[in-house]
Amino acid sequence: MSTYPDNLKYAATHEWVRLEGDGTATVGISNHAQDALGDIVFVELPEVGATIHAKDEVAVVESVKAASDVYSPISGEIIATNATLGDAPETVNAVPYDGGWFYKIQISEEQELDELMDADTYSDHCEDG
Amino acid sequence: MAQHTSLYQKHLDSGAKMVDFAGWDMPINYGSQIEEHNLVRNQAGIFDVSHMTVVDVSGSEALEFLRYLLANDVAKLDEVGRALYSGMLNETGGVVDDLIVYRMSFGYRVVVNCATRDKDLAWIQSHAADFDVSIEEQPQLAILAVHGPEAIEKVCSILTRDRAAISKELKNFRGFESGSWFITRTGYTGEKGLELILPSIEAPGIWDKLLAVGVKPVGLGARDTLRLEAGMNLYGHDMDETTSPIAANMEQTIAWQPEDREFIGRQAVTDHLAEIQAGTMPILTGLVLEQRGVLREGQKVLCENGEGVITSGSFSPTLKHSIALARIPVDSGTCQVDIRGTLTNVRLVKPNFVRFGKKVFE
Repeated sequence: MSTYPDNLKYAATHEWVRLEGDGTATVGISNHAQDALGDIVFVELPEVGATIHAKDEVAVVESVKAASDVYSPISGEIIATNATLGDAPETVNAVPYDGGWFYKIQISEEQELDELMDADTYSDHCEDG
Repeated sequence: MAQHTSLYQKHLDSGAKMVDFAGWDMPINYGSQIEEHNLVRNQAGIFDVSHMTVVDVSGSEALEFLRYLLANDVAKLDEVGRALYSGMLNETGGVVDDLIVYRMSFGYRVVVNCATRDKDLAWIQSHAADFDVSIEEQPQLAILAVHGPEAIEKVCSILTRDRAAISKELKNFRGFESGSWFITRTGYTGEKGLELILPSIEAPGIWDKLLAVGVKPVGLGARDTLRLEAGMNLYGHDMDETTSPIAANMEQTIAWQPEDREFIGRQAVTDHLAEIQAGTMPILTGLVLEQRGVLREGQKVLCENGEGVITSGSFSPTLKHSIALARIPVDSGTCQVDIRGTLTNVRLVKPNFVRFGKKVFE
């Protein structure tokens, strides 16, 4: 697993976005984020159908170490959430870019994507601490 | 410059994530804290706790000195090798530190917390002046704690025949000296196991041997969730110099008899006992949250007759829900915890959650 997959866009607050090519996107937290949090024990996800704005607190991750807010990198309507995380939150630790996704969103403000980082920029962002 | 134990390189070799702990670079985990926690509950894990402070007390008045210094009564140690848990109190009955004291052939060995080393040594020295005692820190010693249902068997498999024979038969809270080693049945996890106090120079070799027989390294992260499940206090969190042992679930560690034994803080804690009975002093209790969410240190506990605070809280890997220690008013009926702005009902239980891998509260 690459630490910073090239096909994703990243927020400074360590969420990733994968464009699905049909006006929707999948959102999760980065490998850097899951590593910093340690073992994840609960994930609180948004309601399907909710309309959210970029930078809203959209989910909460509880690890053995701390509780942490997840901010939506983009605006839109939540169209699906990852039910797996209810029973197996550790999936986020194991495969943060794959089975550990958080939610899918119908994008409402395409231009917000321009504000997100590509893999190289995000990698530098993480290494700068 | 951070201090390193003699096992620093071994931790790196095992893929440890190192963190600063009171000036020491120590392993917080080697990948997954929960996996390490479960290893200790189900098999055997090894902790490097060489950062803890070992102080040897000898001299003709060592017994009298420790009977004055500690709230528990060292006179209970009727044989060499026996161990006792005690608080070391100040005059106002606050806890300077909690510790284990062992009776040794030369006198006594005291193991205190790492983060409190400087003030503990100063406190001990300041009171030692009136006694014929010698106080010597033993920084050349390492401490390896091996705990879990398979721990004793695994440790014995790598010890010399003589040491293994004695270690196998040790009862809880007993140990024995063997050359420069001290092997003892004490720990901080709620599981059976042995602690090996040995010269630092020998520790890496023993570490390798234990890993070779299948003992896995466990970091300080899992050590914290293990001790919390076992209902054991963590100094600086569940109690400190401003906390009475009576308000920290340590009443049983105060030796009230004989009545004529003078120890530091005796009058104060006697007063505290009356305050508990009058309902004016809080108690340390256990909290259980069986639904989603994690109780954390510092969260407010709202009770029918007042407010309390969580002193230690986490997710319990064994129980798969959150548990906590909290200091709350006595006779609190139902309580709620303010978890990130949401008032959540919690259940009050005795502050002891897991022993020998099993849930122990109702």
